[in-house]
Amino acid sequence: MSSTLKKAFPIFASRTERFHYLDSAATGQICAAAAAALLGYETTARANVKRGVYPLADAASNAFDAARASIARYIGIDDANEVIFTSGTTMGLNLLAHCLTAELAPGDEILLSELEHHSNIVPWQIAAARRSLIVRAIPVKKDGTLELAAIEGLLSARTRIIAVAHTSNVTGAISDTSRIAEAARAAGAYFVLDGAQALPHGPVDLKRLGCDAFAASGHKMFSATGAGIVWMNKELAHRLPPFLSGGEMIRTVSLKGSTYAPPPHRFEAGTPPIGACLAMGAAAEWLASLDWTAIESEERRLTRRLLDGLSATAHTTVLGPAGFCHRRGIISFDVDGVHPHDLCQFLGDRGIALRGGHHCAQPLMERFNLAATTRASLALYNDDADIDALLEGLESAVRLLR
Amino acid sequence: MTGMASNSLYNQAIIEEAKAAVGSGTIETPHVSVRCDNPLCGDRITLEALGNNGHLAEVAHRTRGCLLTRAAASIAARHARNLDTAGIEAALQQLDELLSGNKPLKEVWPELAIFRPVASVRSRQDCVRLPLQALSLALAKLGKTSNP
Ligand SMILES: Cc1ncc(COP(=O)(O)O)c(C=O)c1O
Repeated sequence: MSSTLKKAFPIFASRTERFHYLDSAATGQICAAAAAALLGYETTARANVKRGVYPLADAASNAFDAARASIARYIGIDDANEVIFTSGTTMGLNLLAHCLTAELAPGDEILLSELEHHSNIVPWQIAAARRSLIVRAIPVKKDGTLELAAIEGLLSARTRIIAVAHTSNVTGAISDTSRIAEAARAAGAYFVLDGAQALPHGPVDLKRLGCDAFAASGHKMFSATGAGIVWMNKELAHRLPPFLSGGEMIRTVSLKGSTYAPPPHRFEAGTPPIGACLAMGAAAEWLASLDWTAIESEERRLTRRLLDGLSATAHTTVLGPAGFCHRRGIISFDVDGVHPHDLCQFLGDRGIALRGGHHCAQPLMERFNLAATTRASLALYNDDADIDALLEGLESAVRLLR
Repeated sequence: MTGMASNSLYNQAIIEEAKAAVGSGTIETPHVSVRCDNPLCGDRITLEALGNNGHLAEVAHRTRGCLLTRAAASIAARHARNLDTAGIEAALQQLDELLSGNKPLKEVWPELAIFRPVASVRSRQDCVRLPLQALSLALAKLGKTSNP
């Protein structure tokens, strides 16, 4: 199956040398549908959106609205106007941290977790410093999942926001969102979900996940770099103040003061990355048309092969959940005595693209008492040849480098 | 060919130098202690030193890093005795010339030549610089203290 899917990604046909791409958690390869939308807009359909009345501009605005609607469907949202275009997850989480904390009082609390990407830590820390808020974190268990038994003790009458990742970009652990949503509801807190690693693995139903706000990136779901989304529930979107300001997000401006457009435009100041937004819509449409039962079972099979192979490799320890129910094919491992960067360099020169480092999750590295790990992350285009190449390469790397 | 870069990057000299780990350890009551981090990978060198009149007398380091950082730390420690600011600047200059693919004007630390292959791998050059920067920082800190 992945050989058919591989054909939908122009990069694979373009590579003449050995190429095993196992870094999709950092960025996914662009699918043909997204690439065509991006190129089509930039070369033959380019005009600014929400402004012009001539046909080209009108068509661009319509395509922009259609992309918003495609993404809304992909995340299970009925009203496309609840989807806000951003430049990516990082900007989305900055928007949420800025806007959601605007209404908090000194001493109010924000609950994060130990496994968060820096993008879901630093914006909250900055907002907390500005408004004298308290940031706490849910600990992580040995298997990389959240210690949700600790959540009761971490919540207080002052907890206003719980912000966690749907899927860890380091271990692939999937958070138990229904338990977190329940805890947030009981505490009267908003539940913010970092969905960066959720969307590449199939459509999601945000209503079922129970969050109040969600952020994700287009480039991780096989679209162009430069665009992402935030979703937040209607009540919130209408109540919150703007984030960035300028053109496009206003209703009226006078030198005495301004009034703001309703959402989503209130949160979309300036010209958006139109081509990348259209590409993200096209990627969402294409992804929604695939057979995700088959893709998931293939991803699970490859994940199992990789986990088994790594466990059988000398001096190698895998981080994260051992089973398959609560994890994605994002696999971090540590080879005792071999530094991740040496390993990634060695394998990279043999056509195997892996990521080594702290993966922008230094608190999690600290939790595991590691400075860095090596990470292989799978996507719908990976196949057995990728797993074979990694496991074989690893054997020789360990022999030489250790 | 891309495979070549790695073969030569992980040459025996680099691997052996990393394993030699000259100067690895701690000093009980150091005059100065510095910590340098590589933000790319979280690698860290903690360097302790004794010294006087702007010269290092003894150094010890704990290096949590890749083979390149560990090999550079080992070389740096071997040359640390009597090192002053001018000395570390000359070594850093030699390293920078090497890493930009040029022949260094002065070979102050001849062993640095093992890092020549790193010239073609830009993302790893900071790994090699880190221990020398730690020495430089230690000297700068030492300059401000006069020790018995
Ligand atoms: C869990 C998670 N959150 C946030 C981000 C930040 O995404 P971006 O760099 O696209 O803004 C990433 C990217 O790796 C991620 O994996």
